[in-house]
Amino acid sequence: MEKTKSFNVKKFMSDNAIILLVLALAIFTGLTTDNFFTGRNFSNLFINMSPRFIIACGVSGCLITKGTDLSAGRQVGLAACLAAMMLQDITYAARMLPWFPDIPWFAALLIVMVIMGIIGAINGCVIAFLKVPPFIATLGMQTIVYGACQIITNNQPLGGFKKSYSNVALGSLGGFPFLAIFAVIVGVYFLFLYNKTRHGKYMYAIGGNESAAQVAGVNVTATIIRIYLLAGMMYGLAGFLVGAKAGGASTATGFGYELEAIAACTIGGVSANGGVGRVSGILVGVLVFEALKICLQFLGVDPAYTFVAQGLVIIIAVALDLRKYLAKK
Amino acid sequence: MSEYRLEMNGVVKTFPGVKALDHAQLKLRPGTVHALMGENGAGKSTLMKCMFGIYHMDEGEVIYEGQKVDINGPLDALNRGIAMVHQELQPIPERSIGENIYVGRYPVKRLGPIVTIDHDKMYEDAARVLKEVHLNYDPKAKLGTLSVSQMQLVEIAKAVSADCKVLILDEPTSSLTAAEVEALFTIVNELREKGVSIVYISHKMDEILRISDEVTIMRDGQYVGTWSAKELTTDFIITKMVGRELSNLYPKRENVPGEAVFEVEDFTSINPKSFRHATFNVRKGEILGVAGLVGAQRTELMEGLFGLRCHSAGRIIYKGKELKIDQPQDAIRNGIALLTEDRRATGILGVLSIADNVSIASLSQYLIGGIMLDDGKIEKLVRDNVAKLSIKTPSSKTQIQSLSGGNQQKVLISRWLANSPDVFIMDEPTRGIDVGAKYEIYCIIAELAKQGKSIIMISSEMSELIGMADRIMVMCDGRVTGFIDGKDANQENIMALATQFE
Repeated sequence: MEKTKSFNVKKFMSDNAIILLVLALAIFTGLTTDNFFTGRNFSNLFINMSPRFIIACGVSGCLITKGTDLSAGRQVGLAACLAAMMLQDITYAARMLPWFPDIPWFAALLIVMVIMGIIGAINGCVIAFLKVPPFIATLGMQTIVYGACQIITNNQPLGGFKKSYSNVALGSLGGFPFLAIFAVIVGVYFLFLYNKTRHGKYMYAIGGNESAAQVAGVNVTATIIRIYLLAGMMYGLAGFLVGAKAGGASTATGFGYELEAIAACTIGGVSANGGVGRVSGILVGVLVFEALKICLQFLGVDPAYTFVAQGLVIIIAVALDLRKYLAKK
Repeated sequence: MSEYRLEMNGVVKTFPGVKALDHAQLKLRPGTVHALMGENGAGKSTLMKCMFGIYHMDEGEVIYEGQKVDINGPLDALNRGIAMVHQELQPIPERSIGENIYVGRYPVKRLGPIVTIDHDKMYEDAARVLKEVHLNYDPKAKLGTLSVSQMQLVEIAKAVSADCKVLILDEPTSSLTAAEVEALFTIVNELREKGVSIVYISHKMDEILRISDEVTIMRDGQYVGTWSAKELTTDFIITKMVGRELSNLYPKRENVPGEAVFEVEDFTSINPKSFRHATFNVRKGEILGVAGLVGAQRTELMEGLFGLRCHSAGRIIYKGKELKIDQPQDAIRNGIALLTEDRRATGILGVLSIADNVSIASLSQYLIGGIMLDDGKIEKLVRDNVAKLSIKTPSSKTQIQSLSGGNQQKVLISRWLANSPDVFIMDEPTRGIDVGAKYEIYCIIAELAKQGKSIIMISSEMSELIGMADRIMVMCDGRVTGFIDGKDANQENIMALATQFE
């Protein structure tokens, strides 16, 4: 087969339609409103992106192996609530767990990540051993986690965090917000994991062709469990950060985050057909999705309409992705 | 009216980056069987898809019954009396045979404004067309209860039910047993007598020479020529298909079988209908052919040995040591490789690169510090294999699915060679590969045997087994029915063992 080297403008436009559209929207917003192209706004953008990028990295493994994780958002919520319960200031009167000792924030982070990792591993086991389709398995888990979160928090919102916890979100190091540093560490880790390790290669192989991967000696079961486990840990980290940033947590925290993450991955080229997806793409996807939200906010669009726009972007992104695949047939 | 039922002239069809058809032509006479031949990728299926309206051609014309026509899609083609049986079946196994035959054109009855499907008429008609093609099935039975070959015959019944004037059969016998092929030929002959023009695509020379009246050969999307089947020989057809002389179909083998190294004793599936009591051995440096009809459970037996299927009894002994194989990883660790039958379903990782496809089974060998993959080593492995097996690819980053069948197969062979296996099981290693590339695969197999590897080669092409194997094991209905020395093997003694039903 001959290779067509020449640059195809039309193909480039359709392959990157959403990205170009949001770029155009950003330029339009910048020109028609004040304070859009400011350092503060960009800093805000990056801070908003950080937890979402971490969630998207987590869910990307599920998507690359033709799965999904609908429990991501609720897991983020549960993680935020758990962290909040452990890190309420010792002097705060309405402490939910008065008996709980004063522990450093990183100990709480570790505990949250372990708990969420266990939930993720359960997702992975249900999918890998019981062969429940990921959509159904994680839909069930979404509801379970939401219920569990209501039970342990008694449906009460949590606040009154100790300073060191709030500082995780507010502080910065050499001008870089802590949140962004977390995101960078996660990004580098996933970059390494996806490109330089057996786990990464096995993940792409399972996404490309699960039966063939099995024949080639890939331990499909273990790889899938590891993917969902890692995803859970990422939701744990993200939830911890979301809680710190908001200065409070409730059962509503994290609502809808799974869809944002899946949408960001898809915009960034993680194919719904499996086997394809890069960390750089995920970053672009998250950036585009957050930029879209900020633009609409700057343009004064009613939040209700913003949801409509976000939903449309999700559908269009998947449709365009699948079109790429269909065109190859 | 011209002498032709259907003519296709100057057909050009371009896909991104490749000219699939370059002024191809085909002229069908009424009441004849017209064989369409060519290597894979020669454009046969593409030409047929143009005729059937699945593809829209860029240039060229179709003249049907003396009139220039424009076929807009499969439904339009069917309405004009052109039917096609596809190479890859598209069955709906959970629905009845009758529904599968009439899907998309169900007979209906009207109750005022309400239109419903006339099930009685559908099943009556279905029973009639099934009878017409000598199939004795209940049209109300689920299609999924039939075997693949029976489904294929149902597919032919579906085409016949459309009262077609032109019938396209794209590799109709690829999954049929000898008896079913005979049944198909009877149907084809009856249709020919009724005046139907049949386009017959197949790679099997003996079939072509037996059933067809005329043969059109294509190469690289171009028309090579049309001949009367009577005046053709196998060698002539191959020369025209390949465009060069192929002196020998099989390479000279220099392997010397040694002592038995891989022994299988009483190997029995957990499924009573599958392989049972299989006992055989393979010697060092031996090519053991495995013959049998479709349903002989050869693939199942090999997948069982490789840990892809469960067994209830039996032992696998390698160099005097018993192996415990429960999953493919166990087999791979013990130096066994399996090239699967269905390359697309269980072989290639389609969207991944050549490099990933070559290295996936041996990644543990290229770790730095037990964690990080050594890209340099992997790149070298891929480069070496691409050169050694002369894999034709633009780069090691190319997606494997964009390669031809033969090159994909070579990539899969290199995947296993990277593990230096001692026992290499190859299930239909040349299926769907064109004549030129087949020879290269044979050379690789011969070379591996010469290096002392034990090769187990399943093949449904008897000539391939006779040409390549030192010894042929024949299976029938899940049992090993006998062994024939390669030198003494012929179609008759293989078939005798392959049809030894209990």
